Amino acid sequence: MSHFSPHSAVAANADFDVQEIRKQFPVLHQQVNNRPLIYFDNAATSQKPAAVIEALHHYYTHDNANIHRGIHTLAERATAAFEATRLAVKELINAREVEEVIFTTGTTDSINLVTSSYGRSFIQQGDEVIISAMEHHSNIVPWQMLCEEKGAILRVIPVTEEGELQLEEYKKMLNERTKFVSIVYASNSLGTINPVEEMIDLAHEQGAVVLLDGAQATAHLDIDVQQLNCDFYAFSAHKMFGPTGVGVLYGKRRLLEKMPPYRGGGEMIKNVSFEKTTYNDIPYKFEAGTPNIGDTVAFLKAIEFIQQVGKKNIAVHEHQLLTYAHEALEKVPGLKIIGKAKKKVSVVSFIIEGVFHFDIGQMLDARGIAIRTGHHCTQPLMDIYQIEGTARASFSVYNTTAEIDSLVEGLQRIVKMMK
Amino acid sequence: MSGTINEIQDEIIEEFAILEGDAEMTNFYIIELGQKLPPLAEKHKVEENTIKGCQSKVWLITAPEGERMTFEADSNSAITKGLVSLLVRIFDHQKASDIVDADLYFIDKIGMNRFIGTQRSNGFAAMIKQIKLLALVYRDSKEIVKTNATDK
Repeated sequence: MSHFSPHSAVAANADFDVQEIRKQFPVLHQQVNNRPLIYFDNAATSQKPAAVIEALHHYYTHDNANIHRGIHTLAERATAAFEATRLAVKELINAREVEEVIFTTGTTDSINLVTSSYGRSFIQQGDEVIISAMEHHSNIVPWQMLCEEKGAILRVIPVTEEGELQLEEYKKMLNERTKFVSIVYASNSLGTINPVEEMIDLAHEQGAVVLLDGAQATAHLDIDVQQLNCDFYAFSAHKMFGPTGVGVLYGKRRLLEKMPPYRGGGEMIKNVSFEKTTYNDIPYKFEAGTPNIGDTVAFLKAIEFIQQVGKKNIAVHEHQLLTYAHEALEKVPGLKIIGKAKKKVSVVSFIIEGVFHFDIGQMLDARGIAIRTGHHCTQPLMDIYQIEGTARASFSVYNTTAEIDSLVEGLQRIVKMMK
Repeated sequence: MSGTINEIQDEIIEEFAILEGDAEMTNFYIIELGQKLPPLAEKHKVEENTIKGCQSKVWLITAPEGERMTFEADSNSAITKGLVSLLVRIFDHQKASDIVDADLYFIDKIGMNRFIGTQRSNGFAAMIKQIKLLALVYRDSKEIVKTNATDK
């Protein structure tokens, strides 16, 4: 297994102190509706440590300049800081080369880059693309658009009642026409961690290229793209303690080099004339225009935060929260957990009989508890479970079991009220 | 339920003032109001009676009562049912022309947008729009009838 498995872990590192971690997150220390904020909407976006917020402030106070091609001191500093984040990302996901790390605006943008550039060049009429029934809309719609344009066929791996992919069905779908497999590593709605290594190997046996949607996985699992052997890996900074508006597309060099640019403009060219424009090398070929420099620079501090706490500590703590939450929530009358895969990241989706999910969210907010309600941008998955939506609590490294107790208490009040 | 639209609005403002802006108490109060609203018969819970623009399902039906109108409503969300119950309480048995002209100042006075949030506020606005549209159509149809009668 390439990712660290919390399921086999015994206990967190003795150095791990959740209260110390909480001190690093200014936003957590406030009252909402006259109660201490409990933030359980981490799968939507995580909160940011002070180091990230300060890095943003520092960048705009001291170093702001447009990057690359600048000869002056600030441009040098800004470029160095921007490229330092690229190097840190390379190390975080263990890419072979730093040029394989492309900055985008987020996971959605990364996936669209692949469908627009790789997809439009190398997927033809009659080819098959495989996704799964638990994909986020951002890993469904770009493929639908591509398949419609090309006359390619989109196939969907079904899920079990427990919320796991039906691997036997996947195996049956794979054939010589399968050109691409695009799969979520960890589901945002169910929390399921998919057996991606096995799935990647199976796809490669058929010569298919594989993209992993790592939006939910990267903050929680140890990511090694070489060991996973995925061809593309997409994720967002803001779900892993970094700023919004920054994402990453990792791609294998040999694929990135043969792909045409995604957008035209500055930065992505080598030479422009009206007769012939030649394109820059990777990664710049895919980074047209001025990127989101400040947020990318601050993203480095988010990666450093993860490294300081330690992926293992994060995984163990979150797994403890997840186990605790599953047990505690099941005691709430009428509550049903949606998604009980054996391997999960710290996401719990649930419904309560006779209570509309939106009402759960609003009533918990009245107690200072932030959760998310709705279809979580996975409408096809909700259709499978024949529900309109769920209430979803998602935990991060700064959450505590006492906060889960408050959630359960809040839910019990709601159930009582609704009777 | 009796009184003019503004008298009922003033009653609601007074009731909410007792809750002192406490978010949880306010939610529970709205749910209680919804629980008191008689449920709509299943046959009325159809697509043509739903109000578009709400996260939850809201069904609204109206019937004429001379120049006045009656309203019944229901929702699959307890909070939404409470919210629509406020509108039923205000508009049920009112004159169509008064409904069209009504200024719903109670919404700002009780600080509703603060405790129901943007999405629900949009849904609530959609409910009001729907009721006013129904009233407008009804008022104009009555006026056409009147005009026709005068013409004869």
